[in-house]
Amino acid sequence: MLAALLAQANPTGDGLFVAQNIAFGVIAAVMLVSAWRVVTTKNVVHAALYLVIVLAGVAAQFLLLGAEFIGVTQVLVYIGAVIVLFLFGIMLTRAKLGEDDTVAREHRLMAALVGVLLFGVMAWAVVDDYSDTHVDIVSPNTTAMVSDAIFSQYLIPFEVVSMLLLAALIGAIVVARKD
Amino acid sequence: MILGVELAYWQVTILKIVLGMTAVLLPAGTLVYAYLFKAVSFMQSRLGPMEAGPYGSMQLLAEVGKFLQKEDIVPTKADRLLFKLAPYVVLVSTFLLVLVVPFSVDDTFLNLDTGIYFAMAVSSVSVIGILMAGWASANKYSLMGGIRAAGQLIAYELPMILAIVGVVIQAGTLNMNGIVSAQWHGEIFGWGGIGNPYILTQFVGFFIFLIAVQAELTQTPFDMPIAESELVAGYLTEYSGLRFLLFFIGEFATMGIFSLIASVLFLGGWTIPWFFDFDSNAYNVIGPLVMMGKMMIVAFLVVWARFSFPRFREDQLQRLAWKFLIPISLINIAATAVLKVVF
Repeated sequence: MLAALLAQANPTGDGLFVAQNIAFGVIAAVMLVSAWRVVTTKNVVHAALYLVIVLAGVAAQFLLLGAEFIGVTQVLVYIGAVIVLFLFGIMLTRAKLGEDDTVAREHRLMAALVGVLLFGVMAWAVVDDYSDTHVDIVSPNTTAMVSDAIFSQYLIPFEVVSMLLLAALIGAIVVARKD
Repeated sequence: MILGVELAYWQVTILKIVLGMTAVLLPAGTLVYAYLFKAVSFMQSRLGPMEAGPYGSMQLLAEVGKFLQKEDIVPTKADRLLFKLAPYVVLVSTFLLVLVVPFSVDDTFLNLDTGIYFAMAVSSVSVIGILMAGWASANKYSLMGGIRAAGQLIAYELPMILAIVGVVIQAGTLNMNGIVSAQWHGEIFGWGGIGNPYILTQFVGFFIFLIAVQAELTQTPFDMPIAESELVAGYLTEYSGLRFLLFFIGEFATMGIFSLIASVLFLGGWTIPWFFDFDSNAYNVIGPLVMMGKMMIVAFLVVWARFSFPRFREDQLQRLAWKFLIPISLINIAATAVLKVVF
């Protein structure tokens, strides 16, 4: 499906995707505005819902790159589970309607500093490593390719991550149990 | 190419939009009339709607007209934008869900490589709409209903996905048409007469999937989010008119689509054994009819359970999901994987 669309979008095969580039720009702009609203809005629930738009944008960017499985995973894990847990927690504890002036803002400077530092490091790492790499997105990543990579080339990191998740799960149960 | 006519991309798109609306609204209307109005009435020894049209068949139009002319009330203290947006978020999830359901080899809206995985992902988006509705109503009952709905939908999404994993292991693909093909070409101990509908080998998965669907749709015995004796109407309390109707359509359309997905996963999808070859063009015509027939069967099981069992308690609901359904489905996955390697 995606392979056919990508082939249609670039009939000459010279690696120039006009439609994809425009879509990337539009989605990125929406994501930036929403991300800005996440940290500036005075309502915690609104912030979580703006975060939904940002994460949906990430999923859309993955789809544009032909990474269908990763894009769908993004929706399932982040929108379907993480944000729902956020909202669940917010609504159980504090869920004021309208503007909430008690939202903590004294750490704004530190947060901005951390954000700028993280952006700098990530941007430098990506540009340094991949600025010369040509990503061939004419053939999209199929689910079979992803699973083959995970269970052969990246088997040990995959197992390590699953052990880490298991440890986190057990830890959560230990913390939550009273007796 | 449709019936030998070459169509432009925009023409195909318009056709798909119209057919998509049909695939969402037709099952919803059919299920509401045939089951919610009629089948239930017969179970309770009454006739149900009889006045509007012959045998009450125009009752649906009357109901829609009634809801449309009601006032669209927004509570004074509500978060207006989110309150108005919430039903549409739920409907978006429903409309995305129908995209991956195959009605024959060619009658598919999107033949996605990730198929069933995509369906699970977009079905979880509806929780956001329900939480928005519960919070934005500025009503304690609504908020409680929204929170209950979120807890329930998270809890039952896991067994649903784990039940599907068994099917995916056996079929070896996430693609919906691939799963149908695997069932058609499957054999039962070397006998390929009726293929291998996965309800035979994955009956545990089918059972868990149906229970999880019941909970995802918040149908009794899992209707704590809208429990009328405890929460008035849960997250629906403040909704009236068109927006209530949208939630209602979303509920029954999703019931139809989940039944369609269940028939693809477990009942052999749009194929009938014996009559035609798998590649036969006849399936482009009768495939959708076969799917609708199987949908009616699965949806009847859902409605039957809905009107037969009393409501669970909230803690019983969570215990059922986490302590019974998830362990059983994990065992099912392990057994399926072992048997897949052995055979």
